[in-house]
Amino acid sequence: MNALISTALSGVVMMFAGLFVSNKQRIKFIAIVVLLACLVANLAELSTIEAGDRTLYGMITISRFSILFNAIALGATLIFFLLSGSAFENVGEHVSDYFALIFFILSGITLASTFSSLLMLFLAIEIISIPQYILAGSDKKTPKSSEASLKYFLMGSFSTGILLMGITLIYGATGTFNVADLGLGAGKVNTLALCGIILVAFALSFKVSAAPFHFWTPDVYDGSPTVFTSFMATVVKAGGFIAFIRIFHGAFIGERITADWQLLLAIITAATLIIGNFTAVFQQSVKRMLAYSSIAQAGFMLLAVVSINTHATQGIVLYAAAYSVATIGIFAVMIKLKDYTFDGFNGLARTQPVLAITTTIFVCSLAGIPATAGFFAKYFVLTAAIEQGNLLWLVIVAVICAAISAYYYFRVIIAMYFKQGEAETAPITSGFKVMLIITAAIVILLGIFPGLLLELI
Amino acid sequence: MLTVLLILIPLVAGLITFGLKGSGPKALGLIASLASLAVTLGALFQFRTAPASLQFTANWIPQLGAQFSVGLDGMGLMLCLLTAISFLLIFIVIFNREYERANSFYGLMLLSQAGLVGVFTAYDALLFYVFWELALIPVYFLCSLWGGEKRIPVTFKFFVYTFAGSLLMLIGLIYIYLQSPEHSFSYASFINSGVAPQDQSWLFWLFFVAFAIKMPIFPFHTWQPDTYEQSPTPVTMVLSGIMVKMGLFGVIRWLLPVLPKGAYMWSDVAIVLSIIGIIYASCIAIVQSDIKRLIAYSSIAHIGLMSAAIFTNNEQSLQGMMVQLFNHGINIIGLWIIVEIIQQRLKIKNLNEMGGIAQYAPGIAIFLVTISFANIALPLTNGFIGEFLMLSGLYQYNVWFMAVAGLGVILGAVYTLNMVQKVIFGQSNALTETTTDLKGNELLVLSIIVVIILVLGVYPKPMLELVSSTTELVNKVY
Repeated sequence: MNALISTALSGVVMMFAGLFVSNKQRIKFIAIVVLLACLVANLAELSTIEAGDRTLYGMITISRFSILFNAIALGATLIFFLLSGSAFENVGEHVSDYFALIFFILSGITLASTFSSLLMLFLAIEIISIPQYILAGSDKKTPKSSEASLKYFLMGSFSTGILLMGITLIYGATGTFNVADLGLGAGKVNTLALCGIILVAFALSFKVSAAPFHFWTPDVYDGSPTVFTSFMATVVKAGGFIAFIRIFHGAFIGERITADWQLLLAIITAATLIIGNFTAVFQQSVKRMLAYSSIAQAGFMLLAVVSINTHATQGIVLYAAAYSVATIGIFAVMIKLKDYTFDGFNGLARTQPVLAITTTIFVCSLAGIPATAGFFAKYFVLTAAIEQGNLLWLVIVAVICAAISAYYYFRVIIAMYFKQGEAETAPITSGFKVMLIITAAIVILLGIFPGLLLELI
Repeated sequence: MLTVLLILIPLVAGLITFGLKGSGPKALGLIASLASLAVTLGALFQFRTAPASLQFTANWIPQLGAQFSVGLDGMGLMLCLLTAISFLLIFIVIFNREYERANSFYGLMLLSQAGLVGVFTAYDALLFYVFWELALIPVYFLCSLWGGEKRIPVTFKFFVYTFAGSLLMLIGLIYIYLQSPEHSFSYASFINSGVAPQDQSWLFWLFFVAFAIKMPIFPFHTWQPDTYEQSPTPVTMVLSGIMVKMGLFGVIRWLLPVLPKGAYMWSDVAIVLSIIGIIYASCIAIVQSDIKRLIAYSSIAHIGLMSAAIFTNNEQSLQGMMVQLFNHGINIIGLWIIVEIIQQRLKIKNLNEMGGIAQYAPGIAIFLVTISFANIALPLTNGFIGEFLMLSGLYQYNVWFMAVAGLGVILGAVYTLNMVQKVIFGQSNALTETTTDLKGNELLVLSIIVVIILVLGVYPKPMLELVSSTTELVNKVY
């Protein structure tokens, strides 16, 4: 609740900040302070739910889990602001508006982690999506950016329509929007409701770029200004997943109905893993590779959605944190480079050793190497799927894909360390380096002591 | 506590080394490896008096039932001793060599030592997995940064192979973890997990493939000759002397006791694969003209015999195999040191370009011949006792398996003696005439190796005693 209100207000504050403050550095500073305030407000709410989850007017439910997830989303955004906030200036004039849009997305995400009515789910998805269409097209000088924006808008609004249709069908079958009262599990499976569930699954699959609904992702991520791709591919995606797992694990659970959608989602997961990983292997641009990597990582997160147990819920939080932090880090380094191809990274270890070593840590985390956060993230989603029992085939697919992912992730390391070249970078401030080191330290810390985060769940 | 110290010394020294300049890395590497050896010897002493004091357990991730649990049994101690001796010898031998970015080189070497010791001491399945992967990363960088011309694709293949294998093992670990009644990764709960026989049957392969890739066993060996050839020789020593032992160690520590029925079901298949590896690798070794590849294939053959011996399910071959873990490590490192010495002087790897070195460098010749004899397991060298016990155990299991595996010994003599002949005897040429004899540090290292070879060849009892406790333990549950 606090998070929802504070982020929405912060968005308004940032819009007006643009009127009164012209110094761009100062706007960034205001954004960071306001975001910190949101984070504190969010955590302050922990004390109010000690007695149990709190539901407001049947619309949103605040739980420990949702507060923790909001904290991770806000924390990841904080890292994003600190690392890449200065790059907003390179996109266009209206820096404060970009910050405002990001705050609005955040309020959508906090809604996605708290909704208890299907209407709120729809609102959350819409609030997350609309500012993204604008951010994707914010670089008005390049046609690729406008193309990305238009593509995203058309595809996105289409999928929102499907989501709405799914919700309508479920409403038709059950007569309520309230997640807790749907009662889909009891008795016979209602065909109307099942159609609704499938439509919701498709729409959400689109939002988290799961195959075969992923075709927009590479173009949109590649065309959007890099700094916003960084945000869209990480925090926003995590927000999509929290909606996904909450609706499917919260409302669509039942003796018979679970089996009906589980197989469908398992197939979507396998397809996402295979398409994402195999296509990423052939990319020549790191930015595009990261776009496919985000599809591949979505596949791993879907493993948690498919498996219904506590490992899955813990796993998705850990995965969201590990994946977001590492990807934001890599993007922050990439923004500083002149050339986004793999060759652009050649010899970075010689010219910028700090950037190279931190990127190595981020990449290892994405590949799931132990002693980085990514390992435990993968560990949890795999454990969840193995515990499910009937999904071992999916686990084998996932593991093979994880091995393949090492191939394209390590190409970045090979370029930085083993290839000759002079990677050209924009001037690097020492503050940026310090932030990178702190971020890498978080990745390592969570990789050695994941208990720090698990304790909170 | 000594066990933790064994991991911490190389880890901390390695991290410090990255920040050093000049001859600092060299000195620290040497000091750290000396300290490791001293601590290992201390642990060896303590093992005789109070073995329980070598166990150390601390909370790690209570939510998962994973603990930081390390300890040493006879086999673990022996492998730690091998690691400590090997790293010391390697650091002495390369003391005069100047590496580009020496701080990273020595730092990564020490980190790989920490990873290896971690693997040999871990008594928690998740911890074992973490160390298992971590030992790989520094070696990957070492090979890719200081290796030969084709190093990047070759080490990449090596990495992806072993990474894929480890992930399969991870599935197996998680599955057993979920089966264990108290949901814990501890060694005890893994041994008592009581996985159903039909599950053990497929779980066996998840583990076996991971270990087989590391060893390597036919048909998972294709990364190995290329990697050995392309790696800088000190790294090859680590790879072939110690790292391959991780696979064998893994089978004894984590496969046989945890999945005894699975191992029993598939032992014939595993032995046949191993024996195919022996014959196949020996035959290829005979026709090799590249000395590094020859030794690489010879290593596959030797490892094949060891892995066959593990699955025979009798005490004798198991004991012989464990002794051989140590002895093979010493012998193969000895061979690589001679290769390194020759390569440094002549800059060639092709056997046909060598010849007649004995006339100009009698020291090299004497040591090469001695170590080669140990490599073909001549009596009175350290290799003999292990191979004898393993073949004898294999004989009890199945006469035909032993007969075919025994061919490996003969073939081993063929390629090893062939190599000796081509390197040190025959006609010298303009290049080999320039060979200078051994220098102080090289003489020291090779003397140590030869002393170990002879002492353990004549009196192997201490080694056999050291590992007997492990053998008993494995046999009890198997």
